[in-house]
Amino acid sequence: MKLSFAFRTAFVGMTRKKTRMVLTILGIVIGIMSIILIQSAGAGAQELILGQIRGLGSRTIFVEPGREPQGPSDFSAFLTDSLKDRELDALLTKQNVPDLEDMTPFVMIPGSVSAGSQTTQATTIGTSELFGTILDIYPNQGDYFSKEAIEAHASLALIGDTVREHLFGVSDGMGEKIKIKGHLFKVMGVFAKKGQIGMIDVDHAIIVPYTTAQKYLTGTDYYQALMGRATSEALLETVVDDVSRTLRDLHQIEDSSKDDFHIITQAVATERVKTITDVLTALLSSIAAISLLVGGIGIMNMMLVSVSERTREIGLRKALGATSGDILFQFLLESLMLTSVGGLIGVGLGAGISYLISLGLTRFVSVNWTYTFPVSAAVVGLIVSAGVGILFGLYPARQASRKSPMEALRYE
Amino acid sequence: MSADLLIDVKHLRKVYGKEERQTVALDDVSFSMNSGDFVAMMGPSGSGKSTLLQLLGLLDVPSAGTYFFEGKETTHYSGKQLARIRNEKMGFVFQAFNLLPKTSVYDNVVLPLLYSKIPSSHWKERVLSAVDSVGLHHRLHHESGMLSGGEKQRCAIARALVTDPAIIFADEPTGNLDSKSGQNIMEILRGLHEKKRHTILLITHEERIAQYAERIITVRDGLIERDVLL
Repeated sequence: MKLSFAFRTAFVGMTRKKTRMVLTILGIVIGIMSIILIQSAGAGAQELILGQIRGLGSRTIFVEPGREPQGPSDFSAFLTDSLKDRELDALLTKQNVPDLEDMTPFVMIPGSVSAGSQTTQATTIGTSELFGTILDIYPNQGDYFSKEAIEAHASLALIGDTVREHLFGVSDGMGEKIKIKGHLFKVMGVFAKKGQIGMIDVDHAIIVPYTTAQKYLTGTDYYQALMGRATSEALLETVVDDVSRTLRDLHQIEDSSKDDFHIITQAVATERVKTITDVLTALLSSIAAISLLVGGIGIMNMMLVSVSERTREIGLRKALGATSGDILFQFLLESLMLTSVGGLIGVGLGAGISYLISLGLTRFVSVNWTYTFPVSAAVVGLIVSAGVGILFGLYPARQASRKSPMEALRYE
Repeated sequence: MSADLLIDVKHLRKVYGKEERQTVALDDVSFSMNSGDFVAMMGPSGSGKSTLLQLLGLLDVPSAGTYFFEGKETTHYSGKQLARIRNEKMGFVFQAFNLLPKTSVYDNVVLPLLYSKIPSSHWKERVLSAVDSVGLHHRLHHESGMLSGGEKQRCAIARALVTDPAIIFADEPTGNLDSKSGQNIMEILRGLHEKKRHTILLITHEERIAQYAERIITVRDGLIERDVLL
């Protein structure tokens, strides 16, 4: 049979009972749509997190105390005091890590801060002036504190845009006093709205000298992280190796599995995020794929009913010269077209809904969500839906093709 | 063998069922038919005439005996070969019309061509000619389900003619029609035979209808009882 007529015949057969057809392909539509939605959401979330990680810069390294966290509830990193001035000095010694350009410590103090009667939640970050150099974040008013100010435990602060707005409203807040954990700091710099850079939400941050933070806010002598920068991206690996070796020597660690520190680079963080989001997406997609299976069974059921209802038609076609192969092909094509239409609608709906979600997130929740149309998932979805059509249509089509023309014609 | 010998069956037997539940539908039937013949096969219901038509129309296979169609033995043919002969050499007209109800007259008539080797560029011309010969051209694009009984059967005859077959098998073609429509259908069949020398094998249980043919074979209890030339 000519292919165009085969398609026409299958189309006529498929649309014979329209309500039944719509209900049957709904299973496939929902299955494919869920997969597209999940894939698109997964890709969007991954892009969001990766975008933040990219903000770290490709030659930045973070050294954190304690072994690598084994999970979200692993707090060992925060409870370890393995990174102090001694470690910072050792790493900044040129012979130890020759390709390290800058390094600054981090002391983080989350909590409320106030100015006059106004109070807001913020993260106070004790660091050095290199914070700006490494992350490329500069205040649009004022400047970072000097090295001397750090040595002198000066009570100076730079504030993020949200902190400024909450504490000072429309005023720029320059020269004002803010109170953190009972200690007063003078505002010497204000950042414009910057959002999330790396792991730091700049808008909600207050930057103070780390020496001051240790002395007045934490009362400890250790750091929560050291942030550094390699002289070039190519030398990042060398810097990672040198930092590890230096810290192991300093802490007399011979077995790397017993490290009391861990190093995070953009590449490592990217890899980790990718792994986690990919696994999650695959897991959710496979759950969604179960609905495809259910949809396939629906298709098989409808095709079996259709074959039974059209027994006389099959007999007639055979009497007029259709071979078993022609009949098999006709019903298989019908099932394939059903699931492919379902697949196409599913891809369209999935893409449309995920686009609307990304619009909503960007507009109303102020998340910088990138809409991603998962091309590979759409292609795979269409292939899978066609496959479902063939797989679940094969049995009914075989049943149809095996009917004897004479018996089929006699069928009432 | 005569040059225009179309159908030649010898000792044809058809048994349904197995073992003790066997029913002998046809028992040792032998007869032949030439191209251009108009034969009526008569007999009461259960006589075996429909079974014989199914065997001759290659819709079923005999339990024993031989069936030569155009000089070739067909009983060992594969399903595909049988389908090809049915498509190229045979036209069927059924009592219940067997049209595809929600499709047009054109689409019904073109149906055998879909499975044929005739190039699609010739289809339209063939369909129009077949529809013309039964006087149904004014209904070409009407849905077949909307036609009257007589028109439905004319549509079915056009469908049988469209491949220009060697023989038309008409199984009780007037069975579902009122007498006027039935007469009209028989006139069409007679016209096809007389004007275009179409070979027709007609199955009927009505003497009046059988009279349109040139030869009447009477079947009873699975055997040929009489074979009369009119």
